[in-house]
Amino acid sequence: MKPLTTEEIRAVIARGKLKDTLFKALGILCLAFGLFVIVALILDMAIKGSERFTLDFFLNFASRRAAQAGILSAWVGSLLVMFVTALAAVPLGVAAGVYLEEYAPRNWMTQVIEINIANLAAVPSIVYGLLALGIFVYQFGFGQSILSAGLTLALLILPIIIVATREAIRAIPAMIREGSMAVGATRWQTCRYHIIPYAMPGILTGVIIGLARAIGETAPIITIGALTFIAFLPPAPLTALPDGGTAGLFDWVTAPFTVMPIQIFNWTSRPDPAFEINAAAAGFVLMAMVLAMNALAIWLRYRMRKNIKW
Amino acid sequence: MPNNTTQERLKAEARGLNFFYNGGIQALKNINMPIYDNRVTALIGPSGCGKSTYLRSFNRMHDLYPGNRYEGEIRFYPDDTNLLAPEVDPIEVRMRVGMVFQKPNPFPKSIYENVAYGLRVRGERNRRMLDDKVEHALRGAALWDEVKDRLQDLASNLSGGQQQRLCIARALATDPELLLFDEPTSALDPIATGAIEELVHELKKRVTILIVTHNMQQAARVSDYTAYMFLGEMIEFGKTDEIFIKPKDRRTEDYITGRMG
Repeated sequence: MKPLTTEEIRAVIARGKLKDTLFKALGILCLAFGLFVIVALILDMAIKGSERFTLDFFLNFASRRAAQAGILSAWVGSLLVMFVTALAAVPLGVAAGVYLEEYAPRNWMTQVIEINIANLAAVPSIVYGLLALGIFVYQFGFGQSILSAGLTLALLILPIIIVATREAIRAIPAMIREGSMAVGATRWQTCRYHIIPYAMPGILTGVIIGLARAIGETAPIITIGALTFIAFLPPAPLTALPDGGTAGLFDWVTAPFTVMPIQIFNWTSRPDPAFEINAAAAGFVLMAMVLAMNALAIWLRYRMRKNIKW
Repeated sequence: MPNNTTQERLKAEARGLNFFYNGGIQALKNINMPIYDNRVTALIGPSGCGKSTYLRSFNRMHDLYPGNRYEGEIRFYPDDTNLLAPEVDPIEVRMRVGMVFQKPNPFPKSIYENVAYGLRVRGERNRRMLDDKVEHALRGAALWDEVKDRLQDLASNLSGGQQQRLCIARALATDPELLLFDEPTSALDPIATGAIEELVHELKKRVTILIVTHNMQQAARVSDYTAYMFLGEMIEFGKTDEIFIKPKDRRTEDYITGRMG
């Protein structure tokens, strides 16, 4: 083959670069479209709901008059349910992930378990709601409470946390594990001092992605019977109850509740168009809660990763 | 034939050692070899000859991965324990046999915590004791003067050579009887390599050393004994001078003169 002349080489490079430019343009277009949709949605909600962004909106209970209706019970309910969810799902998910990566023998049993964790992540959330209705609400007698809702959503995000934990652990180089074992550490010491701390940024990301998913879930919460109209808060620990007694430390977990997405759903299904303003405003607040959680995750991950270099 | 070898004290001895990786590939074939107390023994041979596999048998590193299998014995003295016996806990073995890896692998923690880790694993809580041992180990690894003012700094801020000496300090802190080096200088520049070699020479007063190296000059410089391995077999073992000056086996000669490998 005759060697290429300089002109021919330049022509080849130019053809290659044209494709570079085309693909780059296409990529930017796709990205812009996605961003445009989400920004438009958020702006739309913000503009529609703008007249409701007052302190009262956050401090009022639901009401039949749209202008006076607020989201107090909904955002408090969402936060409390998330708290229970995180408390239940994080230890379970992290422990399961650590076990699967660090302890479990590689055999057909663990293969089956691994495949089924992937399956669990794909189960529609309404099915978790049905499961929880049978088990938590009736079998265990937790009732239509914050506890039932929190545990239901914990089940829902458990696979996400397990997968995030495993991926974070896999990213730790084998030489770190070997370095720890080589001085005579047990598996647990290796996990406790190295594997879990170094996997923490990744685990945390998974936890927040899971919680961000859970906070928007509506179907399973409706299934277990959250209220759609509620004009009181769960009793804060050690405060006076209306019946004259004092609330225990954990009375709030058994209280009835509502959450943000249910409140939004409730308002959009009202005939009075004034409630649409409430729905848009609440939607914006929910969106802000999710974005705030993501921001927190990014910040925490950045802080924790700063010191972890191999 | 009386020679110096007979006056040496045995620290360990491989007897009929075979090793099979998960899947049945035999990486070590009937290895018989003494390791002498307070001496440096170098393992040389071409890539894939089994020298690292052999080294990692001494602290049961292969037990970390499923399906690996040993046959034969590694006797460990003075108590004449078989390190490979199933009833001997690999953790106990690793408490007596330290290891330094090919690539420096400090933990992403402070310099102090890296060295103290082996002691913490052993349950040491006494702050004064930890401080003393950390200093002693860092001095042993010729790193103390460079890091004494910044013990709480992250180990990852050290240079590659310093990191490797930190890993040596981590292994020394728990006073191992045998120290394994797996090509400890292959990731380092010539100056850092020189420092490690000097250190190995110094350390043999305290601890018996087994070192895998790709670099034959290094083997000649640092070791008292050298073993040449090829395709999982121990071809020749002897005093380093003898191996390098008049090897008995043709294959050893080919390798050290650069005709092969």
